[in-house]
Amino acid sequence: MEFQAKELFAKHDVPGAPGIVATTPAEARAAAEKLGVCVVKAQVKAGGRGKAGGVKLAKTPDEAEEHATAILGMEIKGLTVHRVLIAPAATIEEEYYFSFLLDRSNRQYLCIASIEGGVEIEEVAETNPDAIKKIPINAGTGVDEAKAREIVAETGFPEALTEQAVTTVLNLWKTFVEEDATLVEVNPLARLAGDKLEALDGKVSLDENAEFRHEDHAAFEDKDAADPLEAEAKAKGLNYVKLDGEVGIIGNGAGLVMSTLDVVAYAGEAHGGVKPANFLDIGGGANAQVMADGLDVILNDEQVKSVFVNVFGGITACDEVANGIKGALEILGDAATKPLVVRLDGNNVDKGRAILEELNHPLVTTVDTMDGAADKAAELAHSSTSA
Amino acid sequence: MSIYLNKDSKIIVQGMTGGMGSKHTTLMVEAGSNIVGGVNARKAGTSVELGGKELPVFGNVAEAMEKTGADVSVLFVPPAFTKDACIEAIDAGIGLLVVITEGVPVQDTAEVWAYLESDANKGGTRMIGPNCPGIITPGESLAGITPHTISGSGPVGLVSKSGTLTYQMMYELKDYGFTTAIGIGGDPIIGTTHIDALAAFEADPDTKAIVMIGEIGGDAEERAAAYIKDNVTKPVVGYVAGFTAPEGKTMGHAGAIVSGSAGTAQAKKEALEAVGVKVGKTPSETAELMREILKDL
Repeated sequence: MEFQAKELFAKHDVPGAPGIVATTPAEARAAAEKLGVCVVKAQVKAGGRGKAGGVKLAKTPDEAEEHATAILGMEIKGLTVHRVLIAPAATIEEEYYFSFLLDRSNRQYLCIASIEGGVEIEEVAETNPDAIKKIPINAGTGVDEAKAREIVAETGFPEALTEQAVTTVLNLWKTFVEEDATLVEVNPLARLAGDKLEALDGKVSLDENAEFRHEDHAAFEDKDAADPLEAEAKAKGLNYVKLDGEVGIIGNGAGLVMSTLDVVAYAGEAHGGVKPANFLDIGGGANAQVMADGLDVILNDEQVKSVFVNVFGGITACDEVANGIKGALEILGDAATKPLVVRLDGNNVDKGRAILEELNHPLVTTVDTMDGAADKAAELAHSSTSA
Repeated sequence: MSIYLNKDSKIIVQGMTGGMGSKHTTLMVEAGSNIVGGVNARKAGTSVELGGKELPVFGNVAEAMEKTGADVSVLFVPPAFTKDACIEAIDAGIGLLVVITEGVPVQDTAEVWAYLESDANKGGTRMIGPNCPGIITPGESLAGITPHTISGSGPVGLVSKSGTLTYQMMYELKDYGFTTAIGIGGDPIIGTTHIDALAAFEADPDTKAIVMIGEIGGDAEERAAAYIKDNVTKPVVGYVAGFTAPEGKTMGHAGAIVSGSAGTAQAKKEALEAVGVKVGKTPSETAELMREILKDL
């Protein structure tokens, strides 16, 4: 969110007033009393806040309080506004766009900059593509002063701003590298009265894989916006994404689970259009506790009518997986209430299927193929939905 | 024949003495891989017995290569140390570097890639991964974590972003078998790409047909399609996972994310079909398409 990006900017000496975060109209008023004429800005992870009515100028503390009352609780692109940022109003003379990002296709970084900022960069790309400069950055050599000067010259910043722009580019680069970001964006980077260059709004995307060296990044997580089931799964160390459907999915390996969702969606076409309810990758281990944790999260999803457990026994053999399912059902006991379709394939598949057969659990159906099992799970979800 | 890895490959393991490292070194030995030692600076000079084989531990990759003639390294070190371990292996001039580690910060991988592309890569190191199951040439060698019992040797070349879909596809086509199967990994930046593997399979006389498995995120599949059009004469069958993935959510793999309208499974499928690649709706259907081709070869 903007105020978090601005915290990181301030940490790395990128110029711009961080402003004051308020969660109540009274706090907004108090902030405005300190700052004078100010802008009340909705804080959600979405673009187009201004268009949605989430950004308002306040000339007085009264107005700030009034705007905050209107903006707090408002929905922007499906996200509820829990905070506003009170930022000092500025006289903007020109607006620029600046970003560093991961250029996945070319396996390097990219600087995208334009002297036409303030609007969404996609818009500039359509109306005036020549105004957008894209400068590749080698991940080994990065951005030093010479490279920063090259970027500033290529972008075409006005001469009066050159030195400030070079310093700002270097500090934004520092933000990008030192925070392990995949995107650092300033829009607008503005020329204020008196030729002052300031970051008025920004966005930073951080690499989750780098969290181990950034303990402070945990504070940036948007807990208000997180789905409660996703939060529960995260607390259990599970890789779970909530979707809008009726067939709960558990599988091992990200690719296989993604594929399972697709196969269930196809199968659902013949069964009243039921859809996958979630993505859940329990990884290679698939022991009883992980399986129980996974099932527990999925069974807590009220939309779920049936569960499809799709495991390929690779490193973990199928008999271990079958024992995991057996153990999970024992752990859950009466909490397991929805039909389970299990498809096991791979190493020791016969032993695995034999264990489930012997278990003869009333909720468990085993099907030998992935496509067949998806069909069964979809059918069960549909029949219990229409029942 | 095979690509990148064969029975003559001499393999060392970086991080051999750790949990993952020792478990999978044992499995690699059982698969018939010629594992010649491991690297751990703190345990240099000792040895460990894994899979019934006494394996020496060296202080660094250069020493391990010098003493054993190793030309492949499989890397299991934790994410925080992966970048340095990769640089060490590249500096030593290892031929093939297989990075299994999941959770490597993308800026670290970007730096390693820039290093591989620079003059510093004197040995011409090829990297596979990170966040991948590695590579297997069935019946000859395994450098990674792919179960060696799934399938034997045969005419199919397989390249996939996903580990378990690699296993699934090997299982589906185990009656035919594989020259080599590579899991290239699901991170946003990886060393060996679909295109690299396609080029190598095209050049390998024993590979008669290729299965290519992709997933949402990035444009690697679209690029591969363009490459296939101009450079691949062997039949290619494709599969793409993630049609039902919502926009803006990471699906397990760090790189598996649809951003706006970019990186969708549909776009990838269309790009592949536009160049004559048959794309299956499910892994099983994809295997069936491959069977149809193999039947007539």
